Amino acid sequence: MAEKVLMKGNEAIGEAAIQAGCKYFFGYPITPQNEIPAYMAKKLPKVGGCFVQAESEIAAINMVYGAAGAGARVMTSSSSPGISLKQEGISYIAGAELPCLVVNIVRGGPGLGGIQPAQSDYFQATRGGGHGDYRMVVLAPSTVQEAVDLVMDGFDIADMYRNPVLLLGDGMLGQMMEPVEFKERKPRQLPEKTWAATGWKGDRPRSVINSLFIDPAELERHNIKLQAKYDTIEKEEVRYEAYNTEGAQVIIASYGTTSRIVKNVIDDAAREGIKIGLIRPITLWPFPKEIFAKVVGQQTVKAVLAVEMSLGQMVDDVRLAVNGQKPVYFYGRTGGMVPRPDDILRQVKMILGGEA
Amino acid sequence: MVKVFEKPKALTDKPFHYCPGCTHGIIHRLVAEAIDELDIQQKTIGVAPVGCAVFAYDYFNCDMMEAAHGRAPAVATGIKRVHPDKVVFTYQGDGDLASIGAAEIVHAATRGEKITTIFVNNAIYGMTGGQMAPTTLVGQVTATSPYGRQPEIAGYPIRISEMLSTIEGAAYIARVSVHDIKHLMQAKKAIKKAFEIQIKGKGFSIVEVLSTCPTNWGLTPIEALNWLKENMIPYYPLGVKKDIDGGGE
Amino acid sequence: MPKVTFKEDLCKGCELCTTVCPRGIVTIAKDRINKKGYNPAIVTDMDKCTGCAFCARICPDVVIEVEK
Repeated sequence: MAEKVLMKGNEAIGEAAIQAGCKYFFGYPITPQNEIPAYMAKKLPKVGGCFVQAESEIAAINMVYGAAGAGARVMTSSSSPGISLKQEGISYIAGAELPCLVVNIVRGGPGLGGIQPAQSDYFQATRGGGHGDYRMVVLAPSTVQEAVDLVMDGFDIADMYRNPVLLLGDGMLGQMMEPVEFKERKPRQLPEKTWAATGWKGDRPRSVINSLFIDPAELERHNIKLQAKYDTIEKEEVRYEAYNTEGAQVIIASYGTTSRIVKNVIDDAAREGIKIGLIRPITLWPFPKEIFAKVVGQQTVKAVLAVEMSLGQMVDDVRLAVNGQKPVYFYGRTGGMVPRPDDILRQVKMILGGEA
Repeated sequence: MVKVFEKPKALTDKPFHYCPGCTHGIIHRLVAEAIDELDIQQKTIGVAPVGCAVFAYDYFNCDMMEAAHGRAPAVATGIKRVHPDKVVFTYQGDGDLASIGAAEIVHAATRGEKITTIFVNNAIYGMTGGQMAPTTLVGQVTATSPYGRQPEIAGYPIRISEMLSTIEGAAYIARVSVHDIKHLMQAKKAIKKAFEIQIKGKGFSIVEVLSTCPTNWGLTPIEALNWLKENMIPYYPLGVKKDIDGGGE
Repeated sequence: MPKVTFKEDLCKGCELCTTVCPRGIVTIAKDRINKKGYNPAIVTDMDKCTGCAFCARICPDVVIEVEK
């Protein structure tokens, strides 16, 4: 359906997955992502697919492991606490080099936390909440349209690199409605899944989907092979948006829905003669290091301000990328509270006024 | 002269790593014999557990997957939903299935997943060095029940087959043993039947196989078979617990 | 005349096969050890073998092949 439709974020994510050829969804109820499994339960059977509500998020991610190992396009979705439960499974999926999409509609934490939007799962997403040296490609949409596009790209990236991909949304993105288009896409040239377990007839090597390497030398070789893949992803798949950064006095680093609030701040500031630029990472991993180094290097830039719906997580990556060139500050709301434009602007003024 | 008994095709040539006299090896062979006799090797996909049988993917000569501890039934669910025409089995120990994986096995049965589970009950955690399992008998000494399992602090052994037999989605449940020739032949029949139930799409099937752990029981392989007969069978009565084809208690 | 072959180097000397042979001709060779360092199981009196394969069935390591 190429025409524009008004859709709730969660449902648009489900539709995008179906249009990307995802036939299998294994999930579990948790607010604020419930519309995704509900949508998949309704639609997948109509496209020859299969929806299973698992007994837990742990079971769901392991069902994803099985379906992915069997060669299918498969996904799961959840919110923060559920994503924590899936971490072991995700580590296995990365270790066994299986493609899949995991969607986290983030809510306030820690613990039971709340059900309002947040970005306090950044560390878990980008540093890996599971065990071992592994990485997930982490995609952070800021609009429902971008979520649709990144879901479709996410499945291609997963298949391209045989790796789990995480779509990091938040409760706002999941619950709000926006017009979306499900555009025709130029499909990527993807490798064939000759490795999948489909029943061994002797026409290929026996498929063993596995992450166990009891011999340490072999496990190290396996890790080095995975690292080479991650290095390639870092070269090929970095995405970001640089907005109004030319000659800016302050660069704000922000992603997802929060970055849209920052764009309002940029307009407000412009009216007061203050030039603010935005760097919006779209891939949280691989993190867009080069653009920070380049943009922040401008002589006009006095400082960098990271703005997040958390108490400061991406700010660490920003500091690493800025590498001391300029001071890096942080402003955030968390727990489900959303930063207000005037509060952000006040931070910028304090930075420029030297009192921050 | 013709060969009347040899290694089944559904087993690879890799020698088992199991301890001398461990009956995992017998059970592996019975599963492989069933796969050969049903001629399903090319359409079978197995899921290995975490435990002594963690290397089962090296032994079963078909496509295999290694599951996280306790999660084999969920992994198998994912496989079967993608390939409903394939035969999918899990091979799990009692630590894997009855402890960390209890929810997974209960819900695979509840959903009537058309998979077959081979559940090896040896009343202990073997791979990790003999800890108490949910199936450890009252009074049984293990690394984590050094004074013998005491119900008031460690509860009672769990009878998985009886528990699962209350679940609608379960089509065939049997508990068998491999402690002597007669019983291991019956075990093979039950394993084959479980696969047939799956092939006929009748629902979830599981065979609980009482098995030995000479090393961690601190017994010789022969003594272990006797210990199983004297101690495990009274608490874990053998027989068909549920059979959608009729039969069963 | 039925015949059993023991792939001696696979044997772990667990002795289970010695307990089920109806003819009592399966025993452990105490005079040598195999590659794994175990005393392997052997058949002492092949002509008494009936080819029942009980030894092969109870063997946990698929050491024994039976011909009839």
